[in-house]
Amino acid sequence: MTVETFSSVTDLAARLEAGEFSSEELTRHYLKRAHSFTGLNAFITIDEDRALSEAEAADALRARGEATRVTGIPIAHKDVFCTKGLLTTCGSKMLGNWVAPYDATVVARLGSAGVVTLGKANMDEFAMGSSNENSHFGAVANPWETDRVPGGSSGGSASLVAAGLAPAATGTDTGGSIRQPAAFCGLTGMKPTYGRVSRYGMVAFASSLDQGGLFAHTAADIALLLPYMAGFDPKDSTSSPTTDDWLDACRREPLAPAEGLTIGLPKEYFDGLGVPAAAVDAARRALESAGFRFREVSLPHTAAAIPAYYIIAGAEASTNLSRYDGVRFGHRCGNPESLDDLYERSRSEGFGTEVKRRILTGTYALSVGYFDAYYLKAQKIRRLIQEDFLAAFADVDLLLTPTTPNVAFEHGAHADDPVTMYQQDIFTVPASLSGLPAVSVPCGFHEGLPLGMQLIGPHFAEQNVLRTAEAYQRLTGWHLEHPEGF
Amino acid sequence: MQWEAVIGLEVHVQLATKSKIFSGAATAFGAEPNTQACPVDLGLPGVLPVLNEEVVRMAVTFGLAIGAEINPYSVFDRKNYFYPDLPKGYQISQFADPIVGRGHLTIQLEGQPPRRVEITRAHLEEDAGKSLHEAFAGKTGIDLNRAGTPLLEVVSEPDLRSAAEAAAYFRQMHSLVRHLKICDGNLAEGSMRCDANVSVRPRGQTELGERTEIKNVNSFRFLELAINYEIERQIHILDAGGRVERDTRLYDAERNETRSMRSKELSNDYRYFPDPDLLPVHLDEAFIESVRRELPELPGEKQARYQSEFGLSDYDAGFLTQDPDLAGYYEAVAASAGDAKLAANWVMGELSAALNRADLTPDACPLPAASLGTLIRRIQDGTISGKIAKGLFEKLWSAGVDGQTPDVDAIIESEGLTQVSDTGEIAAIIDEIVAANPAQVEQFKTGKEKVLGFFVGQVMKATQGKANPQMVNELLREALARQD
Repeated sequence: MTVETFSSVTDLAARLEAGEFSSEELTRHYLKRAHSFTGLNAFITIDEDRALSEAEAADALRARGEATRVTGIPIAHKDVFCTKGLLTTCGSKMLGNWVAPYDATVVARLGSAGVVTLGKANMDEFAMGSSNENSHFGAVANPWETDRVPGGSSGGSASLVAAGLAPAATGTDTGGSIRQPAAFCGLTGMKPTYGRVSRYGMVAFASSLDQGGLFAHTAADIALLLPYMAGFDPKDSTSSPTTDDWLDACRREPLAPAEGLTIGLPKEYFDGLGVPAAAVDAARRALESAGFRFREVSLPHTAAAIPAYYIIAGAEASTNLSRYDGVRFGHRCGNPESLDDLYERSRSEGFGTEVKRRILTGTYALSVGYFDAYYLKAQKIRRLIQEDFLAAFADVDLLLTPTTPNVAFEHGAHADDPVTMYQQDIFTVPASLSGLPAVSVPCGFHEGLPLGMQLIGPHFAEQNVLRTAEAYQRLTGWHLEHPEGF
Repeated sequence: MQWEAVIGLEVHVQLATKSKIFSGAATAFGAEPNTQACPVDLGLPGVLPVLNEEVVRMAVTFGLAIGAEINPYSVFDRKNYFYPDLPKGYQISQFADPIVGRGHLTIQLEGQPPRRVEITRAHLEEDAGKSLHEAFAGKTGIDLNRAGTPLLEVVSEPDLRSAAEAAAYFRQMHSLVRHLKICDGNLAEGSMRCDANVSVRPRGQTELGERTEIKNVNSFRFLELAINYEIERQIHILDAGGRVERDTRLYDAERNETRSMRSKELSNDYRYFPDPDLLPVHLDEAFIESVRRELPELPGEKQARYQSEFGLSDYDAGFLTQDPDLAGYYEAVAASAGDAKLAANWVMGELSAALNRADLTPDACPLPAASLGTLIRRIQDGTISGKIAKGLFEKLWSAGVDGQTPDVDAIIESEGLTQVSDTGEIAAIIDEIVAANPAQVEQFKTGKEKVLGFFVGQVMKATQGKANPQMVNELLREALARQD
């Protein structure tokens, strides 16, 4: 059996179907790779027994003629998704010993389609971070340059797919946690529309923003996996009952490229843009040559997105994380002297610095006397930002922007400067606040490091977003570039 | 100084759904600790709440029954505080936009006109678990079976002016939610709990005095005692020139006093905000109308009907309609007996007393309504005397307790309880008694009417109570008149 190091899911699926190798063989291949490149620190947990037994089950499914197009494909799950019987740490000491008693809907759905779980990917603690340096289990390396960060919070997922340790991985995106690491690691990464993918079993950071999504090498791969994890879930009141013939068709046929769409370039994203400007401009010209039309649009409230985001996400996080109190599960301090002591020490010991910072700012924003000035104001800004997008989408089908202001930075570069770190999310946060689907696609390099561009669509327009990315990937070869040494 | 008490109540009504407000776990009372709590109730990482539609239906039912505005748009909020039996570190409740708006409930104290009490709002929320402080030495156990049980919190205006009114309001609320079948009304199991806000002010003053809150009372009687204690306590402080401190207090039934809880609780900032895991609840007219169509007869309507249909007094009708099971039982007895007033007397008298003695609720009444109905019919048609009937009732009750359904007529027959209405038979007995008691005859003749009672008693004794009392009276007078 020979498997190309950076095989696409599409390719592997075809070869599994053709019987070139079994899922068990393929799974062993990736397990071996995962064990060979532990220096990236991309996995928190690798469960060989579980992976192999799932692979066997996938092979049996195929033997019975019940395989889906993704049956037997091994992937990694971000450690924010609950996996029954397997550690689910969320990158935190608080959950360092926590074994989930149930599967997240995403895990269960992919599992029942025959997708194999290799293990759990490293991440910023409770998905809070843009560098994956906030993990209790250590920082993750970017395969392109190992002294660089892979981005965050889904840094482990991005790193392991970029290094060819799995052909795809799940992630979650609250303010850019899929798109930014995808850009930093030269991957295609998608955050679907808020409500497209169930949040049940996805440990909450900011409930009104969190959305599960995928990392892969191509838009076609994402279109192949997405229908097996998306869809209404009666266990998640915020999951959308929207059904989509297009998404359903992705179970049967390859993704067709989009044609002739009109794409907006929001001027606020390009004013003073440095490093990514040339690459995004080249992408525009490539698409233009293929018949896409471009026009400038304005999203006037963009500058307010970062502060609004950090207020809302912090506020929701501050109460979502109240359940970690040392009483029922997770870290509990030794010999508590009183109830307050139990709370204070369990939480002080169990949470890392960034998580504490956000709990404190979020608690402050919701407090009597500050609620109106912070939380309520942030919600008003959120509404204005949503209205900006709605107005823009009256004229254009999609938006094209850079994904990040720069390429991956070195470990420790922003360690003492959370505000600069937060600015990393400037291009990804507005779509999050608006619940819009967005994909980051590799579009070039700067000093040997990948750059990404972002395509944003209206609610539930994943079809146009992915099909435009597919059109672009047929025109260019950036997504076929891979780091050396793997 | 003349003082006036001002009281407002917050009543927590546990809604009688099969499953919890935000999860599919069962709500049954009394299971082994932590066996009725699913991952959602435990607040495990990653779980999400999903609203139980039945809870919404029950809240709307209640709202319509108190003539309230049903809000077409209501929102669930998070109320944030740490407590070991609050698994998520927040309680899902409704703050700014409750499901039920302003309504009212009418109460009536005996001998006073009905009074309308305004209800500010009613909102949905989840119950917390229980902390078990007694079961483990030096430790506290947590039972999360109750966590997520649906509650409707009904907040009244400060319209109540006495502990008796507050208790009447709580009773009326209890009666209403049981009629609506939205709560089992089991106070001992905590199905209804009440917080009372109590203040006093000089009579005639409109401004409210500083209030205290008595937490978590689950008995009508204790509520009345607790409020009376609290009113007295506050008046005592004010009369002595002191100032009432805003406070949260617990009622200690053993000592009949209220005591201050930690005053720290008062400074809690709950940081309410809309729960992003739940969508706002939108109710359309069609849904509200569908609930309205299914509303059962309300206690007030039933009371009015008993007055017009059965000719009962206001008080009797009120008594019988307090408990829907008692009302149902009464209607069955009345139908079987054919005499609604006599049926009311028996249900309110003998039957209620027997239920009280046995500490039973009407739904667990061991005596079938048809048996009591037959008994009343036999009084009516003269088969048995009222006195015999009381003894017969005890027999029927005991048989019912033993699980039997006795044949009333067969017992009357076999035990020879039939009233003696044969003139000759009674006259013969009277003659014997009159002859045997000449001294009493003399007294009667000198005008001591009271002696008649003595003779009646003697006749009843001789006939084992079976003689028709009216007949005995008439024949005795005739017999005594003949003694010259």
